[in-house]
Amino acid sequence: MIAFVSFPVPSVNTEAYAVARHHLDVEEDALMDLDDEVEASGSNLKLTCPGESLTSAQAFMRGHGTYVDNEEVISSLAGTVERVNKLVTVKAIRTRYNPEVGDLVVGRITEVQPRRWKVDANSRQDAVLMLSSVNLPGGVQRRKLESDELQMRNFFEEGDLLVAEVQAFFSDGAMSLHTRSLKYGKLRNGQLVTIPPILVRRLKSHFISLPCGVDLILGLNGYIWVSKHVKESEQEGEEGFDAEAVYSNRNDEIDSATRIAISRVTNIIRVLAAHFVPLTDVLLLESYEWAIEQEGEPMDLLHDDVGEALVHAITRG
Amino acid sequence: MASRIEILNDGGFRSDGRRQYELRDITIDLSQQGHADGSAIITHGLTQVLVSVFGPREAKQRRETIHDRANINVEVNIAAFSTGERRKRSRGDKRISELASTIKSTFEPVILTSIYPRSQIDIFVQVLQQDGGLLQACINCTTLALANAGIPLLDFVCAITGGVHSTSPVLDLTTLEENDIPHVTVAMMPRTGKVTLVTMETRLHADRFEEIFRLAIDAGKVIHKEMKSAVRHRTDALVTAMGSGSRFAVSGEMAEEQMKDY
Repeated sequence: MIAFVSFPVPSVNTEAYAVARHHLDVEEDALMDLDDEVEASGSNLKLTCPGESLTSAQAFMRGHGTYVDNEEVISSLAGTVERVNKLVTVKAIRTRYNPEVGDLVVGRITEVQPRRWKVDANSRQDAVLMLSSVNLPGGVQRRKLESDELQMRNFFEEGDLLVAEVQAFFSDGAMSLHTRSLKYGKLRNGQLVTIPPILVRRLKSHFISLPCGVDLILGLNGYIWVSKHVKESEQEGEEGFDAEAVYSNRNDEIDSATRIAISRVTNIIRVLAAHFVPLTDVLLLESYEWAIEQEGEPMDLLHDDVGEALVHAITRG
Repeated sequence: MASRIEILNDGGFRSDGRRQYELRDITIDLSQQGHADGSAIITHGLTQVLVSVFGPREAKQRRETIHDRANINVEVNIAAFSTGERRKRSRGDKRISELASTIKSTFEPVILTSIYPRSQIDIFVQVLQQDGGLLQACINCTTLALANAGIPLLDFVCAITGGVHSTSPVLDLTTLEENDIPHVTVAMMPRTGKVTLVTMETRLHADRFEEIFRLAIDAGKVIHKEMKSAVRHRTDALVTAMGSGSRFAVSGEMAEEQMKDY
């Protein structure tokens, strides 16, 4: 059966239909109407672009993402406008990670320097991990010795991945990390996925274990570590702090079922990030169940149509 | 019959059928390219440029860091297949490094670099097709990529080429026209009307300059409209996509209960 359509069906999503071209003078009015419509439709998110005037500088204070010129507060970013009392800020949608004290981050060692490591944590400068802010083998309360300084590469080497917490900032805005907890330290038995930091929401706990035998560490900097599940009883206690295990470079035995689960979770995260869906534990669980129901290989998730179906199923479902 | 191509015929049309002040078709693509922090593809007619922005991030070489502001690093690569005759340009080509330094000096006063001390912003410009107005496309595309990367800017920078054929000014020149008539590239910031770049490689009569300059400023405002609507559209799309997951934004206790079920 052949069907004839005289005109292509106008797609609602095409930009060409949404943007009508007018003469310069007319367009001013057209844009203004658009703004009114957006506000009328109940969306309280106001969008802005660089160089757009927000309010007068006399009545309001300028916050991040704005500057003052000629007594006007002007946006310097493309993003959403937020207002707290008299403070006006603009939050960019896609940007690098803005660290805050207490954030959990996943990072990669880029350099070993005297008494410190440099860590790439997706921020505007490399973070610093001091030798004095890591747990050393042989007891938590042990003093740092000169011999520790000489064998820093035994703890962390260039290219090693680690999970840490933001401890403080230096005067130039670089962050200082610490791993003085048994939850933190070197990462192994898994793989890293990178997503835009804005998609990682602050959760009660950023250590998630999924029922499929996969552990997740959601770094607030957009680095996510997906690894094999470690039973809590097997995690080193305060007493049995084992340097061998903590700073080991060797992976445990990982069976193929776990390997497949890890790559499936990784691909789910990639697909969600590509569709710009913020990650939460519940969302991941639902997506994993959906992926299992489809009975495909983990690799199939990366096909455009499968990915779209996944996002559609979990956001509308 | 003259062997040269007629720039502006008696009917007031140019070689590609445009009027004197008519701009070429502009398309803007702001979707994610690779793992860049921000990227954009712009086409002005047959000229196509891709810009990827990385950063602000730690400088690769320590001596490049500046203690009180970010360092801007621009690298331009012109694809061998971008012109009519295939030609491989080396990395050290004088024309290319001049283009890179022009882009750098255009954006240095526009990017708020003092917010990011000791870091580096890398701008990689890839020229895919060229048919005149190369610098204008590079500058417009860089603006879009920077805005897309969430790097603070004073304003958009909109660039346009203008030329003059005998006494009549024309805008947005193709290669054909650029080879024949004197032209000038102007980059401006639409909010204040300030000009960040004026560059000219040919000789132009002083009396003609003002007229072209004013026309270019007006054309810049038109390009600004296009760029702004593209950025707005992209921001809107991302905000909507993020909102679609809000059914799960709860997490916390509800999540814990769900986890217990397993």
